[in-house]
Amino acid sequence: MYQLRGVTKQYRRGKDTIDALAGVDLTIGDGDRLVIQGPTGGGKSTLLQMLGGLDRPTSGSVELDGVDLARLPEARLTKVRAESIGFVFQSFNLIPTLTAQENVETALVPLGLKGPDRRERAADALTSVGLGERRGHLPAELSGGQQQRVAIARALVKKPKVLLADEPTGNLDESMRDEIMEVLAAQWKEHGLTFIMVTHDSSIARKAPRLATIRKGTIKVTENDKAA
Amino acid sequence: MFFTYLRRELRRRRKAALVVASGLALGIALVIVVNSVSSGMGRAQDKVLQSLYGLGTDMTVTKAAEAPKAGATPGQRFKFGAKSGSDKQQSSDRVMVQGFQTLADSTVDKVGRQKGVAAAVGGLSLRVIKVDGQFKPGQFKQFKQTQGGETFHRGGAGGTADGGPQGKVEGGGADFNVDSYSVFGTDVTQRNLGPLTSSKITEGRTFKTSETNAEVAVADSAYAKEKKLSVGDKVTIKGTKYRIIGIATADSGDAAANLYLPLKQAQTLADAKADVTTVYVKATDSQQIGAVKSTIQKNISGTTVTTSADLASTVSGSLSTASDLAAGVGKWLSIVVLAAAFLVAGLLTSSAVSRRVREFGTLKAVGWTSGRVTRQVVGEAVVSGLLGGVLGIAVGLAGAWAVTAVSPTLTAQLGGGTGGGGGGGGFGGPMRRAVSQKSLDVALSAPVSLSTIALAVGLAVAGGLIAGAFGGWRASRLRPADALRRVE
Ligand SMILES: Nc1ncnc2c1ncn2[C@@H]1O[C@H](COP(=O)(O)OP(=O)(O)OP(=O)(O)O)[C@@H](O)[C@H]1O
Ligand SMILES: [Mg+2]
Repeated sequence: MYQLRGVTKQYRRGKDTIDALAGVDLTIGDGDRLVIQGPTGGGKSTLLQMLGGLDRPTSGSVELDGVDLARLPEARLTKVRAESIGFVFQSFNLIPTLTAQENVETALVPLGLKGPDRRERAADALTSVGLGERRGHLPAELSGGQQQRVAIARALVKKPKVLLADEPTGNLDESMRDEIMEVLAAQWKEHGLTFIMVTHDSSIARKAPRLATIRKGTIKVTENDKAA
Repeated sequence: MFFTYLRRELRRRRKAALVVASGLALGIALVIVVNSVSSGMGRAQDKVLQSLYGLGTDMTVTKAAEAPKAGATPGQRFKFGAKSGSDKQQSSDRVMVQGFQTLADSTVDKVGRQKGVAAAVGGLSLRVIKVDGQFKPGQFKQFKQTQGGETFHRGGAGGTADGGPQGKVEGGGADFNVDSYSVFGTDVTQRNLGPLTSSKITEGRTFKTSETNAEVAVADSAYAKEKKLSVGDKVTIKGTKYRIIGIATADSGDAAANLYLPLKQAQTLADAKADVTTVYVKATDSQQIGAVKSTIQKNISGTTVTTSADLASTVSGSLSTASDLAAGVGKWLSIVVLAAAFLVAGLLTSSAVSRRVREFGTLKAVGWTSGRVTRQVVGEAVVSGLLGGVLGIAVGLAGAWAVTAVSPTLTAQLGGGTGGGGGGGGFGGPMRRAVSQKSLDVALSAPVSLSTIALAVGLAVAGGLIAGAFGGWRASRLRPADALRRVE
């Protein structure tokens, strides 16, 4: 599915350049579940952005099913984001003025889905994350866990190939954390997705079948046979 | 989604939208008020000019000023039957051509034949000075013998005789009434041109086209009121009795003359057969007035052509001050306020985008194209702009309505240097009167035209688009990775 070769990313801040990624090689197979961890500032979010086509590497290639996202024209990259990638953010990133239902629908807008069809699919997605009753609520009227469920519904409603989650439980307290992890695991199983998640939670990391650790822009992958 | 999102944004972020809208509203309201007051000024000025010219007159032709010959103007002398002992009521009229400059009747036809002239009609302006009263020789009276307390009476023309018998000349002198009024001889065959067109017949009737030499008159309503004249009454001028057939009320409250007579009658009265003071000209094309003016001046020598534009330039007084103000300060003020409103709207929209970096980044991460995000931002701004337009039109209409309701009075003075001096000294007839002495009061109104409303709507859309361009440009430059930015 993913084939990364020599991916570097430099951020320029005035005179300084920061090497957020310093040559990453990584292969991720179809339906894999990869957990990424590492110290803060190590480059986890940066890597996820490369995988999600949110940004381009400074050098190297990021191939998704044989297509190099690093060199794809903007319009096609936008299309890849719209069709193939679901993104879940640490801070939910819901549109505050739109209801839960409408937030989920924003993901279907670029697919050209019209009225009733779009509403039905969004409603189904919300029901599958257990929020069927809260469709008409604004983000501010929902708890953090509920907001993140809306965000997960938004990421999955388009039936993407890949689900990318950047510390999806980072802004949630303990009880909600497990709840969200359960929702994500269920969705992963149900949709047969490739699921890549950044987390600080070592208990989650321990259970992961494949664990990538990023430190100062370099990656180290460890296979975990004990994990289910 | 576009409209849902737009509606939600505007409803839930009402304050930001309102700030943008009210800025634009202020500018637009100002434009409406300034525009409508300006057109009100224009109307007031037209009214002033109309009262001098009559409707539909594009220019007048008068005799060019000549250097006055010494003694050319006869002194005024009133002859009374100076029979001794007469104490009868006597009356004498002196009829003069106003301005003392006349053109031959034939000039009217000549002007009428010029290229670009639709119609030309002659008129004769007269001033009648009427002196009437009693004239008595003084009578000598012997004083009765009284102790003290006697009074001396002095007659106007007499006086106490010194030395002679104790007494006086009493009652000598005259009790005169001098009354001056204006008469306009109008061409009754052409009733749609000339000064009488700016009056409405409010009683009786106007001249029939057959009454070219009839002894009938139309009186101005103000004059009729003053002299207690009504339809059917007779006025005597130089011994001729004219029957009043109608009362005319001037549209602007200021008439061109006190009495209107058929042209021929006026010419006879003034001893000015085949003379006119002014030729009123209507051009075939109101855009070509300048060209027609030069044609006439070139082809008919010894004439002065005055267009309403020439006359307008001589308008002074509060009307012209106010109209300069509206054209100058008002215009600039509204431009400045509009520009400021556009800028503020742009900056506010742009800063609103800055606050929504994560939101737009997220939409891009979700797969929205830059174009779609930009359209959303521009759409919001345009709707805010339209909202401002509606608000501004409401406020502007209220302002214009208030001006009309208060209708402040402006005074227009006509004349200034041009009328008498320079080369242009030949305003004849009522115009001369106007030029030399006229001061008119006009109520200011602020009519709002459809084109002003259209301009306001256009400005609202433009304001929205400008604001949208500021914001849209910022939004289009956001990257999907901005969804992860930790601003806020
Ligand atoms: N847009 C940016 N501009 C400049 N520097 C950036 C930018 N994004 C990230 N960086 C820098 O790149 C490095 C890697 O950042 P990244 O966000 O990938 O770390 P992370 O592993 O996700 O950290 P955290 O656990 O705190 O989320 C950091 O030093 C960060 O300061
Ligand atoms: Mg991070």
